[in-house]
Amino acid sequence: MADARAEILGRVRTALRDRPVAEPVPRDYDRTREYPDVLALAAERIADYRAEVLRVPPGDVPRAIESALSGRGARTVIAAPGLPREWQVPGVRWLTDEPPLAVDELDTVDGVVTGCALTIAETGTIVLDGGATQGRRALTLVPDYHLCVVRAEQVVATVPEAVARLDGTRPLTFVSGPSATSDIELDRVEGVHGPRTLDVLIVG
Amino acid sequence: MARNPVTWLGVPAFPKAAHEALADSQLRRNMRHATHTIRDKRARVVSELPDWERLRHAGEAIKNDVLANLDTYLERVEQAVTARGGVVHWARDAAEANDIVLRLTRQAGAEEVVKVKSMATAEIGLNEALEAGGVRAIETDLAELIVQLGHDRPSHILVPAIHRNRAEIREIFRREMPGAPADLPAEPRALAEAARRHLRHKFLTAKVAISGANFAVADTGSIMVVESEGNGRMCLTLPRTLITVMGLEKLVPTWQDLEVFLQLLPRSSTAERMNPYTSVWTGVTPGDGPREFHLVLLDNGRTDALADTVGRQALRCIRCSACLNVCPVYERTGGQAYGSVYPGPIGAILTPQLVADPHDKQAASLPYASSLCGACFEACPVRIDIPEVLTHLRAKAVEAKPARSAEALAMSAMAAVFADPRKYEAAQKAGALAGRFVPGGKMSKLPWPGSLWTSSRDMPAPPGESFRTWWRKNRG
Repeated sequence: MADARAEILGRVRTALRDRPVAEPVPRDYDRTREYPDVLALAAERIADYRAEVLRVPPGDVPRAIESALSGRGARTVIAAPGLPREWQVPGVRWLTDEPPLAVDELDTVDGVVTGCALTIAETGTIVLDGGATQGRRALTLVPDYHLCVVRAEQVVATVPEAVARLDGTRPLTFVSGPSATSDIELDRVEGVHGPRTLDVLIVG
Repeated sequence: MARNPVTWLGVPAFPKAAHEALADSQLRRNMRHATHTIRDKRARVVSELPDWERLRHAGEAIKNDVLANLDTYLERVEQAVTARGGVVHWARDAAEANDIVLRLTRQAGAEEVVKVKSMATAEIGLNEALEAGGVRAIETDLAELIVQLGHDRPSHILVPAIHRNRAEIREIFRREMPGAPADLPAEPRALAEAARRHLRHKFLTAKVAISGANFAVADTGSIMVVESEGNGRMCLTLPRTLITVMGLEKLVPTWQDLEVFLQLLPRSSTAERMNPYTSVWTGVTPGDGPREFHLVLLDNGRTDALADTVGRQALRCIRCSACLNVCPVYERTGGQAYGSVYPGPIGAILTPQLVADPHDKQAASLPYASSLCGACFEACPVRIDIPEVLTHLRAKAVEAKPARSAEALAMSAMAAVFADPRKYEAAQKAGALAGRFVPGGKMSKLPWPGSLWTSSRDMPAPPGESFRTWWRKNRG
């Protein structure tokens, strides 16, 4: 039996005997778009997915985290490894992922607090790239509650701006609202396997 | 060569299957409700992007580039995935792909695997092959789970259980899902909650996960999976071993190209600005996610489709299912009548090309499952001219028929009549004469071979006078 790789590549080359020439890709679509208040747009679009969104002034982040966690009744909470110390507010039992927590532990905590790599305003999407303020992917997946802090300079308007800023070789997760499904009568309902509650603080 | 499992054994050719489906009024109500809901939503989110048409053209051009240079990009992605700690496998057909996955699963010591929804693995009949090899495959996407628990077949690319309404789903869960409460309400939120409880333990303990891929970046080896529920993230993140089966046309050349598809795909498929979760990974990342990653590149008829200069555009498909949702035929028959993993307009052009057997009557009937209205082309985010491919495949199906078939004889008789003005006029007179005996101006039952036409539509009666006769009388 011939080698599958060689045979498939051979089939491809035979299939392309007519030597099709692809036209250059027209990149005349919009790279960015102007909005009077891109943070307000991000807040509105994230909230459209039934996430709770709050805009907070820079000095108020710890207080806002404290109030969000207590509002959700979250007492045992994971802090991403590089989460700023002042965000790890008192009154909460903080777990760090060092050494890495077992899956069962992730499953019993009340929630997780992270930052993000960037946020896309038009689509209401938070992107995590495994950076220090976010940690590995399982941290924002297994706990049922995710509180994400977005800094103003992390917000871009469009998808092309986001893709240009991201490193595609890092493990990436694009999050648009809490987990949801459209599988029953093509009607979106929130709350399946990922975190069922998503709170977002937009700073600035 | 073994039969391609993309079509299901025992399903009749489309006209007969469609007849049966049309008689199911519950199915028609479910399909109408679901397709109309999504159509309106899609129109809304598409109209939000002023550059939508430009994005469609870019998506088309990127995919054309992939197809025109597929050998180069395949070698490139193999190199990139390998460099990042992944292992690349090549599979000529379904059987070879299934063997690879079964072998890898056994090597990982797993008797059970969790699966992310994937068209490629449905196409190769992976679940059945694993079952035969003693491995249980658990579908974790809600709609796939409904199909699996209901011992049913999928009817939609994106929402395989679209033919079921909430009450039917509740019944399936109560009957088949261990531990489902007897008083489970027929309410989407409660049904989703039941699925969450059912699968939670599986996610947290599975050793092996199997996924498909929406896109793979040739330059970097990055793989992208687009989903909603988080079942995808669970499978892609928690198990030790991840096996991804991907059709070899799913490539894009560069990371930047995803800026186009991340806009086209969610708006076209679930009609959202963005789907809840999209995951991207490249090979193996120490300390984050699976420790072993295998990528299976699947041909299974794709290179046959690539060889057809008209039909190859079907390989641009990004499996959004927008063409299904807008199709008047699909809306009425549902997906199962197509007898294929790929139903609807895209299925009607993709299935016969993957099967690549002109004597397979069921597959050859699919290009006729269309009124050629063109709504599918308008909706397609990568501008596949589905009507063009449909007519092209119809022509191929006719060519494949023997030269002395009834259709070929009728056509050659007609050619002789059309070629001679006297024969033509005599035929028209005969027709007009026959028309006088038809009440109501239409004929619903012609004798064979005309019955082949009137079995599914009426034939208008010929007018009492031909245009040529009228012209001679009035203007001549």
